[in-house]
Amino acid sequence: MIPEFANFALIIALGLACIQASLPLIGSYRNNSTWMQLARPCAYGQLVFILVSYACLTYAFISNDFSVAYVAENSNTHLPLIYRIAAVWGAHEGSMLLWVMILSIWTAAVARFSRQLPLVTIARVLAILAWISIGFLLFILATSNPFLRFLVNVPKQGQDLNPLLQDPGLAFHPPMLYMGYVGFAVAFAFAITALLSKRLDNQWLQWTRPWVLIAWCFLTLGIVLGSWWSYRELGWGGWWSWDPVENASFLPWLVGTALIHSMLISAKRDAFKGWTILLAIIAFCLSLLGTFLVRSGVLTSVHAFAVDPTRGIYMLVFLFIVICASLLLYGLRSHTIINNQNLRFSILSRETLLLLNTMLLVVIMATILLGTLYPLLIDALHAGKISVGSPYFNAVFIPLAIPILLLVGVGPISYWQRISWRELAKKLWFVMFVCLCLAGILLFIFPHKYYLVLGVTIGVWITLTTLQKLLQRLQRQPWRQWQQISLRFWGMIIAHLGVGICVIGISVNMNLSMQKNVVMKPGESVHVGNYDFRFMDLTRLVGPNYQGVDAKFNIYQRHRLLTQLNTQKRLFTSQQYAMSAVAISFNLFRDLYVALGDPFNDGAWSVRLYVKPFVRWIWLGGLLMMLGGIIAASKRNKLGK
Amino acid sequence: MNRKRKQRLTFVIIVIAGVSIAVGLALYALNQNINLFYSPSQVIAGLAPKHHQFRIGGLVKLGSIHKSNQHLDVNFIVTDKTHDVVVHYHGILPNLFRAGQGIVVAGKLNSHGIFIADQVLAKHDANYMPPEVKAILGTRS
Repeated sequence: MIPEFANFALIIALGLACIQASLPLIGSYRNNSTWMQLARPCAYGQLVFILVSYACLTYAFISNDFSVAYVAENSNTHLPLIYRIAAVWGAHEGSMLLWVMILSIWTAAVARFSRQLPLVTIARVLAILAWISIGFLLFILATSNPFLRFLVNVPKQGQDLNPLLQDPGLAFHPPMLYMGYVGFAVAFAFAITALLSKRLDNQWLQWTRPWVLIAWCFLTLGIVLGSWWSYRELGWGGWWSWDPVENASFLPWLVGTALIHSMLISAKRDAFKGWTILLAIIAFCLSLLGTFLVRSGVLTSVHAFAVDPTRGIYMLVFLFIVICASLLLYGLRSHTIINNQNLRFSILSRETLLLLNTMLLVVIMATILLGTLYPLLIDALHAGKISVGSPYFNAVFIPLAIPILLLVGVGPISYWQRISWRELAKKLWFVMFVCLCLAGILLFIFPHKYYLVLGVTIGVWITLTTLQKLLQRLQRQPWRQWQQISLRFWGMIIAHLGVGICVIGISVNMNLSMQKNVVMKPGESVHVGNYDFRFMDLTRLVGPNYQGVDAKFNIYQRHRLLTQLNTQKRLFTSQQYAMSAVAISFNLFRDLYVALGDPFNDGAWSVRLYVKPFVRWIWLGGLLMMLGGIIAASKRNKLGK
Repeated sequence: MNRKRKQRLTFVIIVIAGVSIAVGLALYALNQNINLFYSPSQVIAGLAPKHHQFRIGGLVKLGSIHKSNQHLDVNFIVTDKTHDVVVHYHGILPNLFRAGQGIVVAGKLNSHGIFIADQVLAKHDANYMPPEVKAILGTRS
């Protein structure tokens, strides 16, 4: 009964979404406030019914109700409870339900936290969000319903959740990513509302800013979690592989970053509003594209469509409608919101630098998009099968990222409207001098490691210029008044420091990592970098839904025992699926990484032994960026009252 | 030309130059890094490039896996059930690698016609068949 009930709740939610999408929108044009007031209760109602539906699916997983096909395909009585709950979004149908649930949460949050908005605006914003909701609810009900049941031949036992997904990093990666993706729907709805209302004023920017920042923070966290997961589970110590799935989350992130900065110019200087709106639209379209790429099966092959063409085609049509409709509206209405009357700034000014920054971010996005979609295009045209490897992405990303990263240091230091080269040089010569000295020293220590020297220097450049900006700001007033410094400023400083730390981490990690794949017997010892890895012994292992072996490694540095690591090789019984559980000893400056490969006849094993310096800095930098975003999104302006 | 126009023009020129450099870089890099995909039959027929990296997909032939006992060298045969290609790989094979499994290998042919792989891909679950491999086998059965 419960799955049918859940299905019914979803249909009611669809009905509410239809009301929310139509009446308030019409009301906003007819000035009918009763109709407009319907938007809020509908949003809350939708949230309730979708939550009920989602809770029922979770219950089906917890109670091992294998009559529900989706549960039978993705769960198992031996699966630990936490992963049974996470398995709800482990495959296509459930993750779509999660998408819609998160959308309804965001919608209700907009309804709840925008009391100061005029009724017309809120009615339009909620109506647009409801249109998106209708699109996804119809998609779920028509093509990927998670509540379909086996009425006869109910399986006794379910297949298991894909073992790769049985990891805390992955369990919480999709919800975070979706919070980010769907958060851009709010920015999109605000942008479309501005176009419909032909008005984009400072208030609009005030309202929209926190939503964009929070969405961006979730997306950042989602990407960090995904990277951390692939480091341990898939990538063999690689934290980013330019996989299409990773790119799908990185594309909206890039445009979201550009959007945050473009909104800053629009707010401070009343300029580039058209660009801001366009970025909001692109960010959401890329989120949809990301969902489409990851969830339609198109990535494994365009022709995987053939297995279930309705899903892919539905998504493609939906995407097409959203992109075309919003760009058409943009084309027709953008001139009504653009105001270039009092726009005066010099070629060297903070405006130009920020604008250049956002443009470079969009160009990077376009090149990554090209590399991601190109194989699909070729395949769809039956022109052969190709793949675009990570060398392509590195080759286009690194040269384009360098100018942006240099600008991160220059932008905040410069002035609005105009700054002369001489002033800029006066402000920056000291940090520049320090960075050049550092580059010289690094080049002396690590000859011929040019990428390392370049990357670390740029990272230090960002860090030092950001600290310089902070110092300047702090010097301007006595410390008693520091609480008057705006939270946005603190957010900017923290996020930019995060960028610097991330860049240093990436450069050191990419250039100084050491990896050895070796064959070892228990008792043998292998030297990697400054460390000795000794294979101590091997024991048999029986887990809840797997069997395997457990290998113990001692790691010595200069004959001193540093740490002991236990790494496992597991064989999941229900699917005959083997998996290596990696063992990592980490601190701020290096990771020691051990993973088992395959057994040999005489008791030896192939083993991966890696030393990964500074890898934590990459995620630490990402977390700092997120923290900066949260601080800047805060409603309160100052630290004190 | 007044000052403002001049500025605007400079700005537009910078943007256009930037974009064209980016597009140029992208297309050049794309050209260098495309890996074409072939079946073992196409490789035997000599259709695959001689000095360029490419990919082969097929099944690991039963009983063809030979591991060395001291090193990480392994030889195996990739087949599409009509023709075979011998593959040499140095490294740790993926967890899901086994005889009969559908896989994709990336690398180059050497002068003896042996494929020197620097990547062996066998992803996803045990039932998974890389779509390229499925397509190759599908046309034959």
